[in-house]
Amino acid sequence: MSLLAEMNQKALNLGLPLSVHLDVTYRCNERCMHCYLDHDDHGEMTTAEIFDVLAQLADAGVFFLTLSGGEVLMRRDFFEIVERARQLLFNVKVKTNGVMIHEKEAARLRELGVEQVQISVYSHRPEVHDAITKLPGSLKRTIRAIRFLKSQGLKVNLANVLMASNFSDQQGVIALAKELGVAYTLDPTITPRMDGDTSILSLRIPGSDLKQIFHNEELVGDVEEFCAPPPAPGEDVMEGIPCSAGHTACYISPYGDVFPCVQFPLPSGNVRRQKFLDIWRDSRQLKEVRSIRARDLPTCSTCAHVGTCTRCPGLAYMEGNMRGPSTADCEKSFERTGIPSANMLRRSRSASTGPLIQIQSLVPSLPTNGQLPVPAEDSFLSA
Amino acid sequence: MAEKYIARSAAIAARMIGGEMMVMSTADSTFFTLNEVASAIWQAADGRTPLSEIVADKICEEFDVDQEQARRGADRFVDELSQHGILLVSDRPLMDSSLSPESR
Repeated sequence: MSLLAEMNQKALNLGLPLSVHLDVTYRCNERCMHCYLDHDDHGEMTTAEIFDVLAQLADAGVFFLTLSGGEVLMRRDFFEIVERARQLLFNVKVKTNGVMIHEKEAARLRELGVEQVQISVYSHRPEVHDAITKLPGSLKRTIRAIRFLKSQGLKVNLANVLMASNFSDQQGVIALAKELGVAYTLDPTITPRMDGDTSILSLRIPGSDLKQIFHNEELVGDVEEFCAPPPAPGEDVMEGIPCSAGHTACYISPYGDVFPCVQFPLPSGNVRRQKFLDIWRDSRQLKEVRSIRARDLPTCSTCAHVGTCTRCPGLAYMEGNMRGPSTADCEKSFERTGIPSANMLRRSRSASTGPLIQIQSLVPSLPTNGQLPVPAEDSFLSA
Repeated sequence: MAEKYIARSAAIAARMIGGEMMVMSTADSTFFTLNEVASAIWQAADGRTPLSEIVADKICEEFDVDQEQARRGADRFVDELSQHGILLVSDRPLMDSSLSPESR
């Protein structure tokens, strides 16, 4: 076990929040088409409030601190926040679009000892990237920022969110990352907007494109191993927890709201009204999240993928039940292995009975002699 | 033996977790966990207290180890962490770092 894995296990055993993702603002200078945030300022925490939260997080045992947004540099006090965080000895990672980073900002991030900067790039082509960010010239400025950060010796991670509109540019982004000498990560996850609007889910890449990703050796390493059918789950799998959300990690919004994860919008407390540790230890919602075990999942516990699926309880929550399936992850498991999930099988069974009812309503002279109507599929074929 | 002064670098992340100090270099991402004795040296590394005094007061006194053995262990520890830029070492007192890291 690596030291980091040991540290995670220790934090889990002790119930410590090892990692916190803090969004310092939702304001942004870009308007990305897939963004789930509302960019208005509804009363962000002040500098003093954030300093107080940081001190509480340090006392609670938080080691990894991700500062994100919105665009972090929309806050004029951003470097004060980073400086305070580093004085408190957090391992600080910053997520930014880089548009406002010049030589001076890059040098300051280096001076403050930020461990990593993650920057979103959607395409190597300005016309594609800028169409997604809706900010003309943004790719040029983002690439310039990456060069400034690299020249300071900072570790940069280029994050490539994949959607239908930029999927074909993925190889170009990988090549760009290589040319810039930075790490590349891809993310095909698009989540509903904070207000519940699911229209942006239509931007997701289709399953066939996911399959292509999962079978790309450059991205996944040993394809045969990565795409192997899932082994039968053991007892340890059934007793397992889904992820670190609420166990060793949580998310804090610019307004002080605490959630199990940035992708799990279950309000669990607010640091403006309660101490962070009181929320972490006593929140009914976090306790509920912590109680989830694979064996208790109504559909997923019977699924072949239960031990290997990346099922996100936050995405499942957004679909209506934190113990239910996350259909985006069902699709990933299927496209990776070719084996449908229990949820997909269940849905296809109910879908196959659906058309039967529809056809009944369309045909004026269905038999009334007690015989069953013809199966839906046959009806379609003969129509 | 020449005196050594040690100070915690500003280019680190650190936290006491379950009685062990977790330390990571933000420069090269190397990661260390310090046991109780190493943590005591770490906590005392203020740049002003000589290492010999740290060994005598914080190690020999609190952990009941003989002076020579404690000093050898402390030297090895200091050498290793200084190679990763986690501890700063000098033969004279070190100024406070610009970040003034707080050890929690």
